[in-house]
Amino acid sequence: MNLDEAIRLRDPSRLPSRRDEDWRWTDLRGLLRTIPEPSRPLAAGTAGLGPFDGLTEETLIVANGSGPEEIRIAGGETRTLALRHISRGDGAHSARLRIDVGPSARLTLLESHEGGGAGLSLLGVDLHLGADAACERLVLADMDAEAVAVVELDANLAAGARFSQTLLTAGARRQRFETRVRHPGQGAEVRLDGLYVLRDRRHADLTSKVSHEGPGGRTDQLARGVADDQARAVFQGRITVQEGADGTDARMAHNALILSDRAEVDARPELEIYADDVACAHGATVGALDDEVLFYMRQRGLPEREARSLLVASFLGEVIDRIESPAAAERMRSWLQARIGAEG
Amino acid sequence: MLSLHDLHARVGDREILKGLTLEVPAGEVHAIMGPNGAGKSTLSYVLTGRLGYEITAGSAELDGVDLLSLEANERAAKGLFLSFQYPLEIPGVPALTFIRTALNAQRKARGEAEMSAPDFLKRARACAADLKMDFDMLKRPLNVGFSGGEKKRMEILQMALLSPRFMILDETDSGLDIDALRIVSDGVNALRGPDRSMLVITHYQRLLDYIRPDRVHVLADGRIAASGGPELALELERDGYDKYARAA
Repeated sequence: MNLDEAIRLRDPSRLPSRRDEDWRWTDLRGLLRTIPEPSRPLAAGTAGLGPFDGLTEETLIVANGSGPEEIRIAGGETRTLALRHISRGDGAHSARLRIDVGPSARLTLLESHEGGGAGLSLLGVDLHLGADAACERLVLADMDAEAVAVVELDANLAAGARFSQTLLTAGARRQRFETRVRHPGQGAEVRLDGLYVLRDRRHADLTSKVSHEGPGGRTDQLARGVADDQARAVFQGRITVQEGADGTDARMAHNALILSDRAEVDARPELEIYADDVACAHGATVGALDDEVLFYMRQRGLPEREARSLLVASFLGEVIDRIESPAAAERMRSWLQARIGAEG
Repeated sequence: MLSLHDLHARVGDREILKGLTLEVPAGEVHAIMGPNGAGKSTLSYVLTGRLGYEITAGSAELDGVDLLSLEANERAAKGLFLSFQYPLEIPGVPALTFIRTALNAQRKARGEAEMSAPDFLKRARACAADLKMDFDMLKRPLNVGFSGGEKKRMEILQMALLSPRFMILDETDSGLDIDALRIVSDGVNALRGPDRSMLVITHYQRLLDYIRPDRVHVLADGRIAASGGPELALELERDGYDKYARAA
């Protein structure tokens, strides 16, 4: 199973399938009989507007698989970068990008995934954080309903580094965000948040694997989402505390609201602990909006639609509240608000 | 004001209201007393439009408007308010935001202009002071982590800010100590007026020492079994509901 090879060699037998334990809820081989033709390059200047426009002067574009392959943030620098991953047409493409954040540098990465058509796309990001470096990665995925897309991130942290992430997605035909973090402990901190708002037949998969490899690390994860109509959400979170990673503090929570009888949420939170003196907790809830609460709100005069959006907005808003960059948080909040308002 | 005629309601196969007839004229406060299981809470839910109750016969009108054909929020916009026996918690929504959103939804439904945030805040501060509530409490998510008594005060605060015309108080005294009961009752009494009416549902006579009713009705086995003046409440306190339970 190798998605990059599947795309490059146009070999569907290499696609991940339900036989791969990690992919059993996001089966690509069963979905795609053939790999679409390679995407055509996208003409310069046709990217249009991006969701984080105006928040930074520096925008990198990866369009139909072409774009920069390496970015370096020098030690001590503070930068805000917009990274737009744009897919147009119904072809297949794959791209890989390495981002190095030097010691004590700070990077705010405003990443958007746009378009998608009926094609197949893969974006892989290798993120290296030097000692005491910090990176906040904020991802907004607004893809076409027919898109099939996988976005992977491999984060390697040095001691004292801080990596924070908030993913916000409306899903696609089939879509997966996989985040893998090598956590050295030693004062390093990780926040891995996610939000999904799914309707129609959209699918989103938030998968994360955090490996605590040294003592004294922290990981805090909060994923929330709503699934309406016939949508399907997948949450797979695994935190492994390796031998010797004593004193690790790891918390994981996933809370989902199911707004329709035909929507589905599959959740698998896993903690594997091989160290001592570890504080670990995970909590997972999947439920519906509470009818009693809805009646209470309607008795006070709120129409049902408004009552539902207010409940959903407050439920999801708590994840947005954890974002550190206020301007980007506002963009994500208004995007979310528009999605919820449109939900009915 | 409120006019109920031969109201029958059921939940599943169980008939709970069995021909309830009641008139509450404008400006009056009526108390509904009765044993547990008589249908007191069902009456409040049927009037306010909670789902799960099937109305099989009869009518319920507020100022000539058929309540039963309206959605719960439309009834609220017509001026109907229920102070819940067990108020619900709304995580993540500050009380002030919730009440202002509800008020403006009602005003919109009535074709009135929205109330501005400064005007609303001024009124909210005054109401909180009247009810001896810490204003900071209104900035917290509605009822989350509040004590039973605090939730009841929050109900009366919402009632004052929404200024409904017909109020149903469902067991408002439960969970209140004597001091809180006095404050809450003062808040309720302040809302009495010639254009407003109330239905006070209670199991005990105690609340009626503070909120003096014009009429008292005994609800037993889904019907009004007896009606009288305030002295009926004292009689019930002394003799209990046995004779009505038997008659039913």
